[in-house]
Amino acid sequence: MDHRIQLVAIIGAAGLLLFVLELVRRRRLLERYALLWLLSALVLLGLAAWRDGLERLANAVGIAYPPNALFFVAFAFVLLLLLHFSAAVSRLADQSKVLAQRVALLEERLNEAERRSREEAASAEAGARHLAGEDVIEPVGARRASDR
Amino acid sequence: MTSVRPDSSHLAVVPAYNEAATVGDVVRRIHADAPGWDVVVVDDGSTDATAEIAAHAGARVLRLPFNLGIGGAVQAGFVFAREQGYDYMAQVDGDGQHDPAELDKLVAHMRADPSLDVVCGSRFMRDNSHRYPAPISRRTGIHIFAFLLSRFVRQPISDPTSGFRLYNRRAIRLFASDYPHDYPEVEAILMLHHHRLSMEEIPVRMFARGGGVSSISSGKSAYYMVKVLLALFVGLFRRRPLPEPGGGAPVAAETGI
Repeated sequence: MDHRIQLVAIIGAAGLLLFVLELVRRRRLLERYALLWLLSALVLLGLAAWRDGLERLANAVGIAYPPNALFFVAFAFVLLLLLHFSAAVSRLADQSKVLAQRVALLEERLNEAERRSREEAASAEAGARHLAGEDVIEPVGARRASDR
Repeated sequence: MTSVRPDSSHLAVVPAYNEAATVGDVVRRIHADAPGWDVVVVDDGSTDATAEIAAHAGARVLRLPFNLGIGGAVQAGFVFAREQGYDYMAQVDGDGQHDPAELDKLVAHMRADPSLDVVCGSRFMRDNSHRYPAPISRRTGIHIFAFLLSRFVRQPISDPTSGFRLYNRRAIRLFASDYPHDYPEVEAILMLHHHRLSMEEIPVRMFARGGGVSSISSGKSAYYMVKVLLALFVGLFRRRPLPEPGGGAPVAAETGI
């Protein structure tokens, strides 16, 4: 294998590895998602540095030009990562669905509780005025029934 | 404003996405034609005044913060029904297709046969003189689903896409925990079968939409066909982590046709 392409491959894989490590260090990437990236960067780095291994791999699967085997492995990892993210997105969508439903249910309960406490306050006030001998206000419940 | 009576055990769930034109009438018609039913409208992230109109018409309203699609909206209704302890829940679409006057017919049918968990209103059953006005593309799709489902569940299914269904507590519990996503009615029948819940259809009348835009435009029909077929076949082999124990004799799990 040409030394230049080996050098480029090593630098690329090492750069990827360092970048992933840096993202994890800054907590921009959850370890859960970083694992697959770390694994792919390590494998790529290993194959780029260890020429004999790459050539054996290329021979085993019938690839004439060993650097293409490197591309092949990289492509396989990209597919795997994409699938991984599709699964992660599906899970997030499912979780956000449950959250949306909970929010709607809680909001309805809150509105209902507020409405009830307003009604109770109003009827308590009406009762107090009644006791004080003021003009009797029509009770809230009766007014609602006549509305319908 | 409210028509909710705590002693009532019937809940009508009205999923509505931008149905401001019709949802008020639907709620009022349920109150008028199906007294004793509580109404909850699930506003599926509408951008129009659906929620306000529904509340004004006297329904309780669940406002989803964003659009979940019909499956997520109806599931919110199932969760609501489960938490409020309703004995029966029915789905009545917010576009005015379903006739609330027939709700009690569904209940009567379920009461007559206590082993039933779901009663489904079908617009295609034989003794139904009223022709349902649907575009030919959709009718074809419906009949393909009907054919496949009837074989999967070994029971004649004439209208697998009908949302006009009555559920008992067991079915409510099942679907509150797991309900399919889009175009869920078809896959729900398969779920019922897998969880050994029993279902029966009765003929009902349905109207053409009162207004608004159907969630399934004719252009999207083919796309939905493929998607639901995929969901069906996946559903056949899907893992069910929480099987709802069904009645009757225990049967060995069988998923084939």
